[in-house]
Amino acid sequence: MQRERMNAARKLACVVVVAVCAVSLGANWLAPAGYSKQFRDAPSAPPSHQHLLGTDEVGRDRFARVLYGTRISLLLAPAAALVSTVLAALVGGLAGYLGGIWLRLARGFTDLFLSLPWLFLLITVRALLPLNVSPLVSVLITFLILGLLGWAASARVLSTSADALRNSDFVLQARASGLHGPRLFLVHVLPNLKPVLYAQFWISIPVFILSEANLGILGLGVAEPLPSWGSLLRELEGLISFREEPWRLVPLLLLIVVLTSFQLLLSNEEVTA
Amino acid sequence: MNMNTTGHRAFLRLILCCALVSLALTSGSAFSQSGGELRFCLRSEPKTFDPLLVDDDSSLSIRYLTGGVLVRANRKTQDLEPELAESWKVSKDGKQIAFKLRRGIMFSDGTPFSSEDVAFTMQRLMDPALHSSTGDAFRSGSGAVSTKIIAPDQIAIIFPAPLAGLERLFDQVAIMSAHSPKKEAAVLGPFLVAEYKAGSSVVLRRNPNYWKKDSQGHRLPYLDSIRLDIQSNRDVEMLRFKRGELDLINVLDSDYFDRLAASSPGLAHDAGASLDSDFMWFNQVASAPIPEYKRAWFRSANFRRAISEAINRDDLSRVVFNGHAQPAVGPVSPANKFWFNSKLKAESYRPDAALKRLQTDGFHLQNGALFDRGGNAVEFSIVTNAGSKPRERMAVMVQEDLGKLGIKVNVVTLDFPSLIERISQKFNYEAAMLGFRNVDLDPNGQMNIWLSSAENHAWNPQQKSPETAWEGEIDRLMRAQASTADPKKRKESFDHVQEIAAEQAPFIYLVNQNALSAVSSAVEGANPGILSPQTFWNAERLTLNASTRASR
Repeated sequence: MQRERMNAARKLACVVVVAVCAVSLGANWLAPAGYSKQFRDAPSAPPSHQHLLGTDEVGRDRFARVLYGTRISLLLAPAAALVSTVLAALVGGLAGYLGGIWLRLARGFTDLFLSLPWLFLLITVRALLPLNVSPLVSVLITFLILGLLGWAASARVLSTSADALRNSDFVLQARASGLHGPRLFLVHVLPNLKPVLYAQFWISIPVFILSEANLGILGLGVAEPLPSWGSLLRELEGLISFREEPWRLVPLLLLIVVLTSFQLLLSNEEVTA
Repeated sequence: MNMNTTGHRAFLRLILCCALVSLALTSGSAFSQSGGELRFCLRSEPKTFDPLLVDDDSSLSIRYLTGGVLVRANRKTQDLEPELAESWKVSKDGKQIAFKLRRGIMFSDGTPFSSEDVAFTMQRLMDPALHSSTGDAFRSGSGAVSTKIIAPDQIAIIFPAPLAGLERLFDQVAIMSAHSPKKEAAVLGPFLVAEYKAGSSVVLRRNPNYWKKDSQGHRLPYLDSIRLDIQSNRDVEMLRFKRGELDLINVLDSDYFDRLAASSPGLAHDAGASLDSDFMWFNQVASAPIPEYKRAWFRSANFRRAISEAINRDDLSRVVFNGHAQPAVGPVSPANKFWFNSKLKAESYRPDAALKRLQTDGFHLQNGALFDRGGNAVEFSIVTNAGSKPRERMAVMVQEDLGKLGIKVNVVTLDFPSLIERISQKFNYEAAMLGFRNVDLDPNGQMNIWLSSAENHAWNPQQKSPETAWEGEIDRLMRAQASTADPKKRKESFDHVQEIAAEQAPFIYLVNQNALSAVSSAVEGANPGILSPQTFWNAERLTLNASTRASR
């Protein structure tokens, strides 16, 4: 019974994810006005036939911005999460598997990495980058930075899991059977780290979406006029009453729905590592 | 008969008593409501309580409420009014000012006030070791500022060189006691600092020795105390105001203003265009790390004027500020009644004229994109400070406006320290958008912007000698207005500076934001203006209604 319910939920989640992807890919047809056109006669307008989710503060169609923002965030936040998870698997997974001094070194390095004053380092990164970059390039830079900097916390978790696996019975048995080195890691350790990797991957996506919004404050976020979930969430700042303008919550609700759907799509075993 | 006469007399007495009571109630209505605690927020921790070291908004507010000054600029009429000084006279050469002081005034701790205190304050203010920004405004040339005590109620202050608009500068100088052991805690203003909890609040109490009285002879201020909560979050400030926990919001942005006006129209106040302006400029620094062809664009007055013409200022005012801003004309807001050059008008939106102007400089359109004579696509970035929603929105609208001319603009928001480093030290930027928060009506307050040698000459600072003829002319005019005490001559010179600024457009002025504030219905006597402090400039005469007084 519980399994049937889980399957139904997964089916629903699949439909949601496919629908959101399809709608965002069809943004050019569904919202022909585009994400940057300013309808200056109707700034901050409520939903209407012309603007399904109203307009933002400078008169841009919110529906179009949500669709295009979804397209960008859905593509690039998972890409950044993938980069960070791969890095975490390499550093944390290998260190845990090798153990001993390697594990201590990796933990020391990740601790050092986590304790660095990232705000100041990101300001330095911004200073090194040119100002005149197109919005699209700014998106790539933003998510690449997130991917390259967001691996350390995952690496700590993975190193602990790999360390536990290294001393597990089945790995000892494999060793006793003559399996060593990369093959032992790839055949026995890595597949058993998969649930942790999945969990870290899915956890990273919302973190990166929100981080992208915060990076905007340092001039590292997605540049105007390109929308992203992060920039759309930033628009919620200063919203005193949700009852007055509930349609402005759509990006937040979409984020919750999509991430929940992604979680449901995973098997129970994969999520609970 | 007797009965009738007695009754008649009693009736007359009753009427007389009623008349007297009603007269007392009406004539002294403000006094009858005296007492209570006014509450509002400071947006940051006050950096100092020393009135001579003030240079942040919170300390400025406290100085305004606690400090006694010789003369005060009326925040509504913009005229100078006598305070601790009954009268004053500036010498013809503009090097000396003589004050006749009021007698019988005491500091909050009971120490008597005399010309010795003024001399002490000026000596301390001008001490180079103090590093007072208020004192910097009085430095007119090499040599020391001296004081001459003529009598306990008369003093002359002598400057080494003429200082234009001298008397107005004393609006910022809170007089300190030369003899009080309490030092800066002894004040001459309507309130005194009674309690300070770092990070939480400052409580000001009524100064029992405040010299000013109302027309009925009642000693001011009417309020018992003012509680200033330190609160940087504007959302929280607005929520607390709506809940009745706060009585004033000194500066509101247009979004909050409209929401408040929609729910409680009587509480939101729009005093019209303020002195503040938002503007953009191009980097013209010779050593800046930008391509030579871009520097050539930015140094062309035609290019700058064309950009100015292509920006729709009416839309900026209407969309970004919901109509609570005016298209800016130049370095002086129309709100500055005396110094504004009324011959000038805000640049109107003329994209066609802008394109023609660009074509005279060899720019041409190709497939919807603008190229210069050398075939370089016209593209530049505008940096602005992150976190300022109005400025970010303006940048996006300028991006769209210029896009219609085929110009590609990249908007970059940076944290404030990085932005300042780029625009004032490394000069690693192309165009910038910022604002001036102007508190000084006098053009001398803009000397550090307009002189080509000045650090804040944003588009090309610290020039050894003026690099262009028009900058040389502005230097000459600014020095001319600063070296004469004749207001008419000063006005002529500064009018000409404004005209050159309009022709050359080194700053492309965008809007003057309106002075928006909120005043609770519990407060009586408030009359918000455009000059800081907008809502409590007459704090000594503010009262609270009976129910609010009873609840606090």
